[in-house]
Amino acid sequence: MKFINYLESITGVSIYPLSAQIIFIVVFAVAIYLAMRTSKESIKKYKNLPFE
Amino acid sequence: MSAQIEQFQYDNKVVKQFAIATAFWGIIGMIAGLLAALQLVFPVLNFDLPYTSFGRVRPVHTNAVIFAFVGNGIFMGVYYSLQRLCKSRMWSDKLSKIHFWGWQLIIVFAAATLLFGYTTGKEYAELEWPIDILITLIWVVFGLNMFGTILTRRERHLYVAIWFYIATWITVAMLHIVNSVEIPVHLLKSYSWYAGVQDALVQWWYGHNAVAFFLTTPYLGLMYYFVPKAANRPVYSYKLSIIHFWALIFLYIWAGPHHLLYTSLPDWAQSLGTVFSIMLIAPSWGGMINGLLTLRGAWDRVREDVVLKFMVVAVTAYGMATFEGPMLSLKNVNAISHFTDWTIAHVHVGALGWNGFLTFGVLYWIVPKMWNTKLYSKKWANWHFWLGTLGILLYAVPMYWAGWRHYEMMNEFNPDGTLTYTFVNMLDGMKSFYMLRSLGGLIFLVGAFLMIVNLIKTAKYGSFIANEAAEAPALAKNVEIHGKEHWHRVIERRPIQLLILALVMVAIGGVLEMVPTFLIKENVPTIETVKPYTALELEGRDIYLREGCYTCHSQMVRPFRSEVARYGEYSKAGEFVYDHPFQWGSKRTGPDLAREGMKYGHEWHYNHMARPTETETKSIMPNYTWLLTTPIDKEGTPAKLRAMATIGVPYEQADIDNCVADLEKQSREIYNVLKPFDDEGKLYRNDDGESLLTEDSEIMALIAYLQRLGTDIRVKPNTTAK
Repeated sequence: MKFINYLESITGVSIYPLSAQIIFIVVFAVAIYLAMRTSKESIKKYKNLPFE
Repeated sequence: MSAQIEQFQYDNKVVKQFAIATAFWGIIGMIAGLLAALQLVFPVLNFDLPYTSFGRVRPVHTNAVIFAFVGNGIFMGVYYSLQRLCKSRMWSDKLSKIHFWGWQLIIVFAAATLLFGYTTGKEYAELEWPIDILITLIWVVFGLNMFGTILTRRERHLYVAIWFYIATWITVAMLHIVNSVEIPVHLLKSYSWYAGVQDALVQWWYGHNAVAFFLTTPYLGLMYYFVPKAANRPVYSYKLSIIHFWALIFLYIWAGPHHLLYTSLPDWAQSLGTVFSIMLIAPSWGGMINGLLTLRGAWDRVREDVVLKFMVVAVTAYGMATFEGPMLSLKNVNAISHFTDWTIAHVHVGALGWNGFLTFGVLYWIVPKMWNTKLYSKKWANWHFWLGTLGILLYAVPMYWAGWRHYEMMNEFNPDGTLTYTFVNMLDGMKSFYMLRSLGGLIFLVGAFLMIVNLIKTAKYGSFIANEAAEAPALAKNVEIHGKEHWHRVIERRPIQLLILALVMVAIGGVLEMVPTFLIKENVPTIETVKPYTALELEGRDIYLREGCYTCHSQMVRPFRSEVARYGEYSKAGEFVYDHPFQWGSKRTGPDLAREGMKYGHEWHYNHMARPTETETKSIMPNYTWLLTTPIDKEGTPAKLRAMATIGVPYEQADIDNCVADLEKQSREIYNVLKPFDDEGKLYRNDDGESLLTEDSEIMALIAYLQRLGTDIRVKPNTTAK
């Protein structure tokens, strides 16, 4: 019995790390897109909220 | 038409209470840490008492610093900043009060139960199930109060600090609930629902994210509020803070398995943990850069302003720790750092530098504000700053050195292929490092004392504003939208949607890591020779948990030449299927015990537990003399087996019915082996020269357990060959 392999042998295990990467790239890209789309006026207002 | 201006008051009283609790528990936690550090140099400081032995003091230290010091620090900062960012008093004074006193009650229960040996045996999640439930209830109270405040706010946009608070709340709730699923045996005893490799995965998913979502994200929220306030200029880049937030919370949740590299956890999960840990550098450093660049054009003030000094070092320590963390996730680096003092250095750069210094900075900033005065002594505060910095250096540098030395010595072979150093050789070389570390801790503690005196004096000369008057226009019900706006703007002003999105982000990582490891449980070829523990061994295991043996001893032989040569065959996942909870450990101040079974005779263990220096002159292990005189609590044994059977350990009804008789039989067998040694005077005796050997003492159970460790797959050595 090969103990070292039994948890690696599930069918299509690669889908888990692969999906993790894809989800992350999507989340990251969306976050950057949204941050860049925000207007300068809004950003200025938001960043000054602690001083209001 | 402009909205009507409303008058209201900020509640400073609850902030004051949490501030006092932060300082008080900080000192207690640090004293416990200092005691634990000194015990490793002077074992006599274990005082030969169960309540003061290292294995019980160390969890008190970690729990006090994480949940009492930093916990109260989080609530102090959140209650101060949230009200101001929402332009609203906390939603309910009553909930604030319940939250404050409830949390203090939890801390007191935690300290008492841990010192009395009531523990689940899972690091940083040691508290027993009634306290777990209490934590959940109080956390809900905190959440209700926080969301009540957010929902009744007078500012439309949720400032980025609040996003961090929301993510903290929901993620900590998720982590705490999932990791605390356990089967109660009685009021103060339970077993983890998960076993072995699964328990390890859940535990370190929790453990790593306790660092991420208890020690980091709430403090990043505090950083985004208090650093701009102290520097009197807005955060460097708000856009960066948006990216920082989403990338950080998404990535952090996957990184847990980097605590289990080279263990029996499946390779793909280890690799996933490594990859996400490396990627974590980007958002972490994004946050650090954002914090530091907030001071652009104001660096001259850092020379003068002690609050900024503390905050700059805190953010720098955050940057150092979050660079080091991903490096430690590389397998080749982890091979060195894991189980050694390198990890201890790493966590203390975070705890003392990031959490400690940011807390101190916030305290120095809010106390004069709330007492409407100036800081009593800037000079003392500067002294505190330098003492703290020196303390961190004196702590961290020797520990880094010790970690490398540990690794080097443990991996040195003689030309004939034998190991050069014994474990005790290595440990003996650690004492000077441990002494320096204690000194660093002491200096840090002195600085903290100085701060407390300074803040008390400040408060004395000021006048506390319990209810701070404020005014703001009421929030218009309908949002005026100018032009086109995209959905994220909508999310940013809708806390519940933000909460749900944050939960989805953090849940994805947990689900994708855990589901495969759990679902294939049925497919895991169990090792035929691995059997459940006998009743006596189970009692022995519970004593092992109670005394916190896992704080110094690992039970995980990694597949390295040096470890296999030192300890024996490397550990297999199938060996741990009945381990509720797993006991792989995270630090080796003592040797690994995964293959301890039958390495020594029963009499060696008996004498070793009574007086470790009798069997190993340079041992720093505490004396466990009370195990020789305390009888095994046999009345509780059937309930323990029943609980284990409920969570899948294959005990038959007959095993449970006969467990006490079986226990006594096995205990008698051990006694019979020990008796001749006792007759010859080769067993430990008390000061009056009297024998302490009895059939039903706890030492019998512990010996039974230790002698069982790692022996299951030795029964038929060739069963694993094909």
